[in-house]
Order: sequence, then C-alpha cells, then structure tokens
Amino acid sequence: MTARVLVIAEHDGVKLNASTAKCVRCALGIADAEVTIAVLAADGAAVAAQAAQIADVARVLRADRPENAHALAAVLAPQIAQLAGPYTHVFGPSTTFGKDLMPRVAALIDAPQLSDIMAAESATRFRRPTYAGNAIVTVEVDAGTKVVATVRTASFEAAPAGGSASVETATVDVTLPTHTRFVGVSAASSDRPDLQSASRVVSGGRALGSAENFSIIFGLADRLGAAVGASRAAVDAGFAASDLQVGQTGKIIAPELYVAIGISGAIQHLTGIKDARTIVAINKDAEAPIFEVADVGLVGDLFTIVPELEKLLTA
Amino acid sequence: MKRILVCVKRVIDFNVRVRVKPDGSGVVTDGVKLSLNPFDEIALEEALRIRERGGAQEVVAVTIGAADCQQQLRTALAMGADRGIHVVHDGGVEPIVAARVFLKLIEKEQPFLVILGKQAIDDDNNQTGQMLAALWQRPQATFASKIELTDTTARVTREVDAGLETLEVDLPAVVTTDLRLNEPRYVKLPDIMKAKKKPLDSLSPADLGVSAGARVKLVKTVPPAQRQKGVMVKDARELVAALRQRGVL
Repeated sequence: MTARVLVIAEHDGVKLNASTAKCVRCALGIADAEVTIAVLAADGAAVAAQAAQIADVARVLRADRPENAHALAAVLAPQIAQLAGPYTHVFGPSTTFGKDLMPRVAALIDAPQLSDIMAAESATRFRRPTYAGNAIVTVEVDAGTKVVATVRTASFEAAPAGGSASVETATVDVTLPTHTRFVGVSAASSDRPDLQSASRVVSGGRALGSAENFSIIFGLADRLGAAVGASRAAVDAGFAASDLQVGQTGKIIAPELYVAIGISGAIQHLTGIKDARTIVAINKDAEAPIFEVADVGLVGDLFTIVPELEKLLTA
Repeated sequence: MKRILVCVKRVIDFNVRVRVKPDGSGVVTDGVKLSLNPFDEIALEEALRIRERGGAQEVVAVTIGAADCQQQLRTALAMGADRGIHVVHDGGVEPIVAARVFLKLIEKEQPFLVILGKQAIDDDNNQTGQMLAALWQRPQATFASKIELTDTTARVTREVDAGLETLEVDLPAVVTTDLRLNEPRYVKLPDIMKAKKKPLDSLSPADLGVSAGARVKLVKTVPPAQRQKGVMVKDARELVAALRQRGVL
C-alpha cells in the first residue's frame, strides 16, 4: 500500500520554513511514499511556490483563508482535519508551531500522534526519543492506522530543491472558531543567522555571570558568522532571551559547528546538541559533562580564551 | 464556584539518571525516586497564585495513575490544591486517553481554566493539553510564560521559536505551562499534615466511560548512541588549529 503523507508547511506568510523540507525528507523515508504539502495561509501564493520546488513532492495544496494570517492551532486544526481525509500520515515539524498544532489535529481526526520522530522505519514503525533523549523507543501502530507525527528536524537533512510539483487550490468548508486571537509577537530581532537552521552556533552558559558579560558570546558569534544560543541556566538567570535556549525544552539543533562556552552540559542541554557535527567545549571545570561529548575541549577561563579566539579569527 | 482544574502526572524525578533495561523492555523504575512532573508543578503553582489573588475559589488537582500515585497527588494537596481526584489506572495511558478522562472531569467540574504542563518529562509527548482543548472545542494557549486573566478572557504570553507570542483566548480554555511561568513553592511540613485531611476522590477510567486501550505499541527501548570522546587542546591557538584541521573553520 502506498503511504500518502500530508506535510503541513510552516511559514511566516512570505517564506517557507526550512523545517518543511526536513519533514519531506522524513516522509520520503517511508517506502513508496507519496508526499503532499499543505500550505494554509491568508495568501499562500509565494509559500506554495517555494514548497513546489522541493524535490519529489507530488503536489502542493494551497488553502487560503483570511483567518490563516497567523498560525493559530485552533483555527488551522479543523482545516487540516478536513484535508487529511485521503492521507495515511499527517506530518508537521517538531517546532513550537508543529508541537502546538499537530496534537489538536490528531484529536480531531482520532489518530494517535507520535512526537519527535527521528526515523521512519516503515509506514507503521517509528523511532523517537523519550526521557530527554536518554531512551530511544521504537513504536509501532497497526497497519491501516492513520498516523499523525511531529518530525524531529535535527534528525533530517532538508530534502533538496529541484522539484516542480503542481499547486492545487483546496477549498476548506469548515466554520472556524473566533475564540482565539493573535495579539502580537516580540522577536529579539537580529541580523544574525537563525538559531534553528544556522550551520554554526556559539552558546553561553551560567558561567558568563551576567547579561553584560554575555555580550562576548555575541562578539565571537559575529566573528564566526554564527547564531547565538544559551543554556537553560543562562536563560533562567536572565543573561539571554528565552528564544535562544538550546536543549530538550528549548531548541534542538544540528549545526556543523557548536561552541559551548561556560556550559557544564546538563543532560537536557546535551539532548539539544547531540546531532551537531563538531562540538567544541570551553569550560574552567575539567570534570564538566560537556567534555564527554565534545570533539574538541579546552579547559580554562572563558574570559581569557574568548577574546584570544576572537583575535586569532580576525588575524 | 470559580474553579481551576490542574492535571498532574507522576514521573521519574528529573534528577534521576534514567537507565534503559538491558532487555530493551523499558527504563529502570525499581527503587527510583518518583515526583510530580516539573511542568505540572508550575501549572499547579500558577493556579494557586490565581486563587490567592482572588481570581479563583477552588483549585482541583487531578491525576491518572497507579494506586500509589496518591502520594504525588497528596503532594499537590500539600502545595495548596483544595482537593484531589485520582483516576486509578495501572500502567501508562496514551495522551488521547488522558485527554478523554480530563474531558469527562471537566464536564463534571465545570472549570473556567484548565492548566497543565506542556509535556511530561517521561514520554516527552507534548500532546495532552492540545488534545484536551480540541475535544473540549475550546481555546488552547500552549507553552505559557505569562497568564493575565479578566472575567471572560485570558491573555497568554507563549514561548515560541520566534520569540514571545501573545494570544487572547476566551474562557474557558486550556493553558499549558513552560519553564519560566513561575517558580513553584516548597512544601512545608505542616502543609503535608494538613493535606492528609483534604478530600481525595478515587475512580477508574471505566467509571467515566473511557476506554484506556492503547494504539501505539512499544517495540523496544534502547540507550541513545554515544558520541566518541574527542581531543583536549591546551589553548586558543591549538583550538583554532584543531578546527581548521577538521575543516570546520
């Protein structure tokens, strides 16, 4: 039986989020999968055009409604539930967008949800992390069971471009609730690379000691063209904004280079970085757990080492 | 009565280093410390603060789990919940089953607000609150870092990938908590004594007309792949050299 996978596109109304191509890669891992991308937007023309360029996508469904101007789970879920009818699987990214939305979809169509899938072994068998990544479980549903899943984006490369899928207009005939209203979003606006998708990330921990001191992390990141991250301890202490948190309860990332500065390496932090290609740790405590996973470790005072690094990288 | 329902789950304590059983059947739970899920503690703390500000009259804590989960429900009562409901069920339940159970209790208790953790730190599913809101056909505000209530609405600040998002939702609604919503209080000894006298109802999923059947089968559990231990360098110059050698700079 062919698996018919509906991937829910994440976007900001203008640009398709890279997480979508990762969901496509995950879906194409199922034998004989046919992948459709659903774009729910106020005006989905631009986003649908980008989705159509992902290789090996069969078609793009474009569902435009003015209510879709902001991604509200309560508004999107009934539309997706209606679109989901002919599909065997409905996938979304395991970002805050997908985590918020997909369980609401699953409940509406009475399908089990598998969260954070890191591998699709078949149409019915998947692997996912539990206990903050300390235990990896293989789970299975009966053949013929419709599956809703969120895809752990750090486990998959983006599917390449080069496709030319047809874009079809989907009419969704469902009354949408008005009980949930978007008020606003405050982003720590930044010219730096996006933490979730950056190829290099420099993160700071509690050892930075203050928000003021944390600026040296930004300095080094700029030198490397890297995004900035932070440990939970640094965010809790107010040194860095919450959207910079890396770890099980923050962002799970897979950059080419991850530089952990003054981060001891609590298990929940390590869960968020274990798919990084190269991990560098700088910490004054030689016993810190971060050194157990670091590819290159340096024991010493970060306030001496970081300025030295900056100088060496400038030279 | 203005009532808040708080859903709590017993989990392996967050300080325990979880170990996978050698036979792959799950993780070691024998002799391991069990506690309230930390996100649910934050949910309970928020409900208590709302009540203490006069925004609610009663906080009801509800859990689903084996008979000895009563201990963690008593902890919730010691923190300050007015009464507890224990839906007794051996073994885990899938999020959709938990949501169906909570929906039945909502129909009975008529809360204006349901608060629970965004996820339990055992299965890490992050599903129950959203599923409950869907079944209840009410708003959801997940990953909350701030909740402001009026008589008819809640304004909730959410921790999302892009930053902080604010939603306004009509009540009743479901809110799931993120880490920075509050810092839960410590339980004091006299409160533990007092909690023993607080009302605690026990019932079964069947009493509520909910089937606890599972649709997702666990095939096996394995430890995560370990990264190879790397090299140690002695200064910044060596570090840069090591990274150049690896081709990452």
